[in-house]
Amino acid sequence: MKIRIKFRKYGVMKFIGHLDIMRYLQKAMRRAEIDICYSGGYSPHQIMSFAAPLGVGVTSDGEYMDIEVNSSLSTKEAINALNATMVEGMEIVDYVKLPDSAKTAMSIVAAADYELFFKDGYEPPVSVEEFALGLHRFFMEPTEVLLVKQTKKGEKTIDLKQLVYIFSVESKEGRPSFFLRLSTGSTDNLKPELVVGALFDAMGYSYDSNAIQIHRKELYAASADGYIALGELGEKLFEGESEA
Amino acid sequence: MTKLALSDEILMKIEKPARYIGNELNSVKKDKDKVSIRFAMCFPDVYEIGMSHLGIQILYDMFNKRDDVWCERVYSPWPDLHAILKEEQIPLFALESQEPLHNMDFLGITLQYEMCYTNVLQILDLSGIPLLARERNEEDPIVMGGGPCTYNPEPIAEFFDLFYLGEGEVSYDALFELYKRMKTSGNTKAEFLREAAKIPGIYVPSLYKVTYNEDGTLASFEPIAKDVPRVVQKQLVMDMTEAVYPEKPVVPFIKATQDRVVLEIQRGCIRGCRFCQAGMVYRPTREKKVERLKALAKQMLKATGHEEISLSSLSSSDYSQLKELVTFLIEECKGNGVNISLPSLRIDAFSLDVMSKVQDIKKSSLTFAPEAGSQRLRDVINKGLTEELILNGSKLAFEGGWNKVKFYFMLGLPTETEEDMRAIAELANETAALYYDTVPKENRNGRCQITISTSFFVPKPFTPFQWERMYPPEEYLRRARIVNETVREQLNKKSIKYNWHEADVTVLEGILARGDRRVGQAILKAYEKGSIFDAWSDFFDYERWLLAFHECGIDPDFYTMRERSLDETLPWDFIDTGVTKEFLKRELKNALAAQETPNCRMRCMGCGVKKFGGGICYEDKN
Repeated sequence: MKIRIKFRKYGVMKFIGHLDIMRYLQKAMRRAEIDICYSGGYSPHQIMSFAAPLGVGVTSDGEYMDIEVNSSLSTKEAINALNATMVEGMEIVDYVKLPDSAKTAMSIVAAADYELFFKDGYEPPVSVEEFALGLHRFFMEPTEVLLVKQTKKGEKTIDLKQLVYIFSVESKEGRPSFFLRLSTGSTDNLKPELVVGALFDAMGYSYDSNAIQIHRKELYAASADGYIALGELGEKLFEGESEA
Repeated sequence: MTKLALSDEILMKIEKPARYIGNELNSVKKDKDKVSIRFAMCFPDVYEIGMSHLGIQILYDMFNKRDDVWCERVYSPWPDLHAILKEEQIPLFALESQEPLHNMDFLGITLQYEMCYTNVLQILDLSGIPLLARERNEEDPIVMGGGPCTYNPEPIAEFFDLFYLGEGEVSYDALFELYKRMKTSGNTKAEFLREAAKIPGIYVPSLYKVTYNEDGTLASFEPIAKDVPRVVQKQLVMDMTEAVYPEKPVVPFIKATQDRVVLEIQRGCIRGCRFCQAGMVYRPTREKKVERLKALAKQMLKATGHEEISLSSLSSSDYSQLKELVTFLIEECKGNGVNISLPSLRIDAFSLDVMSKVQDIKKSSLTFAPEAGSQRLRDVINKGLTEELILNGSKLAFEGGWNKVKFYFMLGLPTETEEDMRAIAELANETAALYYDTVPKENRNGRCQITISTSFFVPKPFTPFQWERMYPPEEYLRRARIVNETVREQLNKKSIKYNWHEADVTVLEGILARGDRRVGQAILKAYEKGSIFDAWSDFFDYERWLLAFHECGIDPDFYTMRERSLDETLPWDFIDTGVTKEFLKRELKNALAAQETPNCRMRCMGCGVKKFGGGICYEDKN
């Protein structure tokens, strides 16, 4: 049975990299006695995959992993069992059953929502209004916004208009913050700091990665009418409906 | 959520920030206002090494079970963070509270190997604690040391307020009770240390005066007052089964060296290898009952979620209930994706059968530690492993499908001759030849791979070789060359790979292992000159150490090149490990006559530890 789990990563856990989060969650599966499937061989591993790795320093409310289980608790029981063994900064928020034919989150992830905001102790260079004006000139008005992206193979020119689905400036306790929905996945993966950095550049300010907290809010797959959160592709399991 | 001691900016630019943020599963947070004693437990090496240490996990668990104590952890900041802490003057902090170590009542440092001594100074320095105990004031934490290196604490004596000798499970409660009582009644640190010295196992170096003869040897080692004990006795747990054990060990986020459940099955060793300090100082052998081990294995796997469990002891094959335990573990772990790791097993039909069940034969290798190449030299060191046992074990393994063998040897053992050195390569060659004789061509999975590793022997306190001399680095390397050349003369040389240890670091380890109090100045000087992480070859600088000794007017050869006379007062003679000096002398005599001594299960040789009222020799007499 295929299961999709949604979790949050926050606080000091942002300093734990993707591979270590994976190891952490594998151990958590054992502690919570989730009846997860193992591969064969002398060093069996859990059938587990992640939608999109999160960089060190980034927090998230919308991380997804897919696992395969032999039998399952209800959504509520599984969430409770896992959360009983979480450290502060990791929280399981959903646990749904996927159709047997479902593709992995990794293969279908298409977009991600991010919020970027100034950390305590760092002052934004200008006000919310001025950033809004800058964004209008940089992103809303032009028909194409070309950017040179460094890739493993070299440089690649991309058009932000094609890959940035939402880009807005908001006010977070009176200070500017940025909301973005970006193309995500194996083909056109866009990092939020690249996009916001380009805005800063266009406005004549330097983007200081130390000053800004990146927070991922949700991951989506493409759907007929836009985007659907990865967790909505499954169904909750209710008590008494436990499946084997 | 606890506020971190380091800013995001720092954490994002250093290697592995997870080393410094705490918050690991099963780590303990308490309200600092509700405890009487704050204890920082330190392993003076990098996090991944320190987190792998069982002893700290035991004490951390035991201390935190007390409501009045909050025990936290601290490890050596890696050189990248070291530079930042120095430059920005950020005090070193404990992982759980993220508060400066200076706020603690105790800073306890485990001393597992000599090459960590400069890291001890790093910890003190970064915490703003004066390096020399005599320069500390009432506000500084009490700096204490424990672990195997305290069997000769003298080289680092001046950096510590007190040492705990022996197994930690025993005397800490008495120490904490005394501390609480004296703190409440407003006593000074000096008064506390004076009283603490009366607790069994506690050694307060400032309460002992050392004088030297003209030739540099110790003239006397005396307590400064009548109420300070002349002899400090190591502490040991007599009931291993009931002893406290961490049922919920801390689980690191990053991969530690030991990323697994560690099940300690016994303490001590019946073998009596003459070079082995652990085999002498951890006597007598005490087993944990198999029922308790089964329960612990289940609890610890459940509490950690680890994917591997490993047995820990000096010699697992000597555990009397091994078969039952291993059968249980295989049954228990099957289907749960949990691997079983079985180190320090002797190779025989039973162990090969077990290994074939728990690991991939194609990938795994057999390990033998004959320590010496010839039978004569193995008799000298009392390593009861014969060529016949090695070849029989190898043959069985080759028939079972293995084709990789690892051998561990030491060079520079007492009485070693060129013949003994060459015998190392010859034994490897014979093992390789046996593979080709045993396994028909069509069944071979390529060549067999024999790996020889040699380290250089360092005589340690409380062993029969504690009086023996060492050699200059060039001489060690010459011996390694002889082995290497002999390997190249062998018929099966293409199947043999030879690795040897570095020689300089061996010599320094030798100085620190058997040094006296005066050596401390050179450690301090080496630290001031920039030595840290000496156990890491990338950072170790032998020349800098030699310069430090030179500037302190200390001749390193005095500690290494000299054969000590049997009646010399040794710096560690004030410690009673239970094993008597007479026994060690007898064993040295036997060694030089290449005379084997039976193991504790075969016959009691009267080493002296029977007085503790436990262990195999004692139980058999009851």
